[in-house]
Amino acid sequence: MQKSLRRTFAFIRKEMIQSLRDWRTLLMILAMPVIMMFFFAYAVNLLVDHMPTAVADMSRDDESRAFIEALEISGYFDAKMYVESEEDVIRMIDEERAKAGVVIPPDFAARVERGDAQVLIVFDGSESLAVQTGYSAASAIAQTHSVELLMSKAGQMGAALGALGGGALPIDTSIRVLYNPDMDGLVFMVPGIAAILLQLLTIGQVSMVVVRERELGTLEQLLITPVRPLELIISKVMPNIIITIADTVLIVLIGVVWFDVPFRGSIWLFAWLSLLFIVSGLGLGLLVSTVSQTQKQAQQITAVLMVLTTMLTGLFYPRLTMPPVVRAVGDLIPVTYFIRIARGIITKGVGLSFLWRDVVILVIYAIVVIVLASLTFRRRLD
Amino acid sequence: MNDQVAIFAKDLVKRFKTRSGAVDAVNGVTLQVRRGETYGLIGPDGAGKTTTTRVILGLLKRTAGKSSILGYDSMHDTYEIRERVGYIAQQFALPGDLTVMENMRFFADVQGVSRDEQRRRIPELLDFAGLSDFTNRLGSQLSGGMKKKLALACSLVHEPQVVLLDEPTLGVDPVSRREFWNLLGNLRAEKGLTIFVCTPYMDEAERCNWVGLMYQGKLVAHDSPETVKKMVPGRLLEFTPSNFVPAWRLIPGLDGVLEVQTYGAMLHVFVDDPDGRRNEIEHALAAQGITCEGMREIEPRMEEAFISLIERQSGRQMEETRDAV
Repeated sequence: MQKSLRRTFAFIRKEMIQSLRDWRTLLMILAMPVIMMFFFAYAVNLLVDHMPTAVADMSRDDESRAFIEALEISGYFDAKMYVESEEDVIRMIDEERAKAGVVIPPDFAARVERGDAQVLIVFDGSESLAVQTGYSAASAIAQTHSVELLMSKAGQMGAALGALGGGALPIDTSIRVLYNPDMDGLVFMVPGIAAILLQLLTIGQVSMVVVRERELGTLEQLLITPVRPLELIISKVMPNIIITIADTVLIVLIGVVWFDVPFRGSIWLFAWLSLLFIVSGLGLGLLVSTVSQTQKQAQQITAVLMVLTTMLTGLFYPRLTMPPVVRAVGDLIPVTYFIRIARGIITKGVGLSFLWRDVVILVIYAIVVIVLASLTFRRRLD
Repeated sequence: MNDQVAIFAKDLVKRFKTRSGAVDAVNGVTLQVRRGETYGLIGPDGAGKTTTTRVILGLLKRTAGKSSILGYDSMHDTYEIRERVGYIAQQFALPGDLTVMENMRFFADVQGVSRDEQRRRIPELLDFAGLSDFTNRLGSQLSGGMKKKLALACSLVHEPQVVLLDEPTLGVDPVSRREFWNLLGNLRAEKGLTIFVCTPYMDEAERCNWVGLMYQGKLVAHDSPETVKKMVPGRLLEFTPSNFVPAWRLIPGLDGVLEVQTYGAMLHVFVDDPDGRRNEIEHALAAQGITCEGMREIEPRMEEAFISLIERQSGRQMEETRDAV
């Protein structure tokens, strides 16, 4: 036991010296999440607002102009291109000059009076994210707008405001919770981005370590020492854990300080669960590393994993709508659980009583991958 | 198991599965290295020297046969072996981003050498390897010869009884090579270290007191260098013909010529009777208008013995295949 600790410590010392000596890589690992965080956050933020919008206003009255103005004010639509007909709107989208289109029928004002006004909103279906957000935004705007219309009408007619307001305001609130762009945007994205960046760091870094030794030939020289596979694995993971913890703190700090993301839950709970997630990610990275023969193979596997991670773990696309098989693939990636945990703690402020399922799975996951990694990592070269 | 045997292998087989089928990189090797001996496993590239060494060390799985070091089985007692053996892999493979001192201390720590022992041994080994002035230099910034010396020093830090060196002088200049071998000689004399060396260099084989000649996964000879050199047929004549190619074609057909090897611009001809055949060869070549320069009898060296053994081996194999067809 004492011998084992000595060996492990000797290896950790070696890994630390090597990590610190390679300060360029170290700096990159520390700077990457900061840079990525900004790019990601702003890109995701800009992705769906200020959509160039073609407008065919065939009504051309105060009501239709007020509606278009409401669309503009929302920030989602840039209604700058005015055309004549529905066909023109579709042509504009086909030519990719517009991402969305609004068609207001000729008798809009009259229909608003009657209460059955209809507006056609067209989206470029090739951009599902734009459709999703645009659709929600448009219907939210339409509803809010009609509520406002209703209220102003009620005011004009001199009806009892209190009675109407009491009925209308709850609707207003429920709309806000579901469709408020702030809710859908950064506050929700930042925990997800943190999860994805941590995954990228853990798998990306660790997947290279064993293969690199193998490729450099240093593995043979290390294997000939009495070091046991588990000792080697632990010492490989240690420095990476420390670096990744530093990155986690950075990411959360940027989210809270720069992007004003409120941290609603317990910081300590988040810290412990992040550590758990980091360990599971490192384990997965090691597994990739031990099954790969070359650094190139390891990179390829990591790249595929990252693509799957962004698509299947619920970062951008809701997992509910995925077919069961695809969802099952997502279940194999630890980010899936950590995104729920991170969003739960940071955004919703919930605790273990809500998250225990994900936590249990993550614990089992971490144990399984690390055991698998040390089993695959043999004490021999073949 | 005899206490005097340091390394032992019997009918050792290592089979690699490749896409085109199985390849026996080591095909029934039997060898024995006695304690305190310097054993040279020699053979051309791809003969199976590295694979043999790795299997004996337990770095590769054994397909069949037996192998052990100091009585410890290569496969089952892997860690006992690793605590008692030093090894230098063929590719220089110490972490290049650690300094000389850090490398030494790392290997000492991993092998469980106490700090007190380290304070005594490390300066001694660095001094012995001539690296005392370079303790703060990074491994990657050492010259080829210095890297090998550092590797040797690291592999000795836990005072092993046996060291296995896989082509330790590959890519090292002749002066450093000589220095390295002098170090090995001192180790053997002072500490009674058992040394097992893989090498393609015949001059290094001459420095061993026992050699195994490996070719295509098999040991074709296993004896002292003197005995191996006597295994060549007949006696050896050396000369420089004025017209190389016709001479090289003509001589094998002459009476009493057993084998012809080329050696730069010279020919090495094995004959049954050097004094008689010498004149016959000169006459036969003169008839073709070819003169011979510097014709003399020389002692066959390992190089000639090795080539001769391998050529006979491959000839035998070709005959076997012909018979089989």
